[in-house]
Amino acid sequence: MAQSFKDILNSGKFVITSEIGPPKGSNIGTMLHHIDILKGRVDALNVTDHQSSVMRFPSIGGALAIVERGGEAILQMTCRDRNRLALQAELLFAHTRGVRNVLCLTGDAVVVGDHKTAKGVFDLDSSQLLRMIRLLESGKDMGGNDLDGGVAFCAGAIVTPEADPPGPQMIKFEKKIDAGAEFFQTQAIYDLDNFRRFMDHARKFKVKVLAGIVLLTSAPMAKFMNKNVPGIVVPQPLIDELAGAPKGEALRRGIEIAGRMIREIREKKLCDGAHIMAIGKEEVVPDILKAAGME
Amino acid sequence: MIRSITQQKPMAEIIGHCEGASKVFIVGCGTCTTLTRTGGQPEVVKMADRLREANKEVTGWMVLPVACDELTSEALEENRDAIAGADTLLIMTCAFGVQTIAMHIDKPVVPALDTLFIGKEKAPGLFGEICVQCGECVLADTGGICPVAGCHKGMVNGPCGGTNKGKCEIDSNKDCVWTLIYEKLEKLGRLDRMRAYQPPKNYHVEPRPGRIIIPFDARSEDDGTKL
Repeated sequence: MAQSFKDILNSGKFVITSEIGPPKGSNIGTMLHHIDILKGRVDALNVTDHQSSVMRFPSIGGALAIVERGGEAILQMTCRDRNRLALQAELLFAHTRGVRNVLCLTGDAVVVGDHKTAKGVFDLDSSQLLRMIRLLESGKDMGGNDLDGGVAFCAGAIVTPEADPPGPQMIKFEKKIDAGAEFFQTQAIYDLDNFRRFMDHARKFKVKVLAGIVLLTSAPMAKFMNKNVPGIVVPQPLIDELAGAPKGEALRRGIEIAGRMIREIREKKLCDGAHIMAIGKEEVVPDILKAAGME
Repeated sequence: MIRSITQQKPMAEIIGHCEGASKVFIVGCGTCTTLTRTGGQPEVVKMADRLREANKEVTGWMVLPVACDELTSEALEENRDAIAGADTLLIMTCAFGVQTIAMHIDKPVVPALDTLFIGKEKAPGLFGEICVQCGECVLADTGGICPVAGCHKGMVNGPCGGTNKGKCEIDSNKDCVWTLIYEKLEKLGRLDRMRAYQPPKNYHVEPRPGRIIIPFDARSEDDGTKL
């Protein structure tokens, strides 16, 4: 049997994960294609959970497709759309279907998405969800009842190294560790000096950290993220580098930048791995790995 | 002071609710909706003009001192004839006032306002949400600043990933309450309170609809005042 994600995390190998975005609709062909081209090239694949509060095919559906196709799935689970009953039930279901990894997120606000008048649930937050997983593993549910058949998950969470201000974020980071997070995927990082400073702190804790690498596809896209995405800072030299690419070559330049960053993070052992988010450009993840010297 | 914060419904919706009613009596409130300029005398007078423009007869209007209090039934008596002559009452108070008036008058009531939240005026013209009556007060651990009311997601264990330069992901004009709480606890030397885990909230401390009986004797003993 192939090694589990948990085993790989603990093996000391530089871990690579990536991400699948389910479709808006029932046509899952493209998603399955992305799973097929990536499952053998990365150690595990996340499936996003109505990312940015945009209603899509569910993360559990994507995670099952990964498992069925022989890949290792990381189920992204937000607290935005389900109360504690529904979250627990879905974890029981996921376990029975071979999903062994969960990324716990609070979730984006409903009002930033495409169903702006929907009720946001947020019965739990990410740290409470992490603790709930550990509780289920002990054989109990949140109502204090015994479970007939338990679960076991490798549970992870998110941290934003460039959060402004950093103080509240670092307390939350430690609370997630206390709650049982075994690994962290970071929000996109671009300034490796800042990331190193974050890792100097994070290394004090017994958790694995995967650097978040969001593929830059153009200078305007980088500027858009700087303006609109909390905790993402793309330094000006990288924007200039993308802007200086010949016409039609900006994506190629973005792939080079992502590959270069992963290579540097790996060679300098800044953290334990990288999580590649290509956001609609999953086709080029193998090119990023090649640029990183990992294929 | 605690305030009920309201905003006026679209005129088309108000007129729609008054369909079939040719005669309307308007009620405003001298307290919260006067402060928010949604149901004080100037707004009531303006509403009367707009109803007339929509071919409604306004049989009269009044601004109750405090629409939600016990004296409302007596105050309404003063306008008994004008109210009796109306098909519908258009109420420019918060939902507390609308329901109080509905208890005393056997006529259809139409709210002209939507009640947004219970809050206070933080600066002239700026109203903010203060408490959502969650029934499980966490202020001891949060520097006296409420994250249940102040955080869009009601998070009790620190900020979400949407916090940005001290502001909220849903609106850069809204403060991230967890930045405010962090700064306050830091000033108090109590950041350990923020590090402490807060378990999931009990959303049914007093299951909705809220109903509680406070014995008269116990109440007078507890607060030490003679009632």
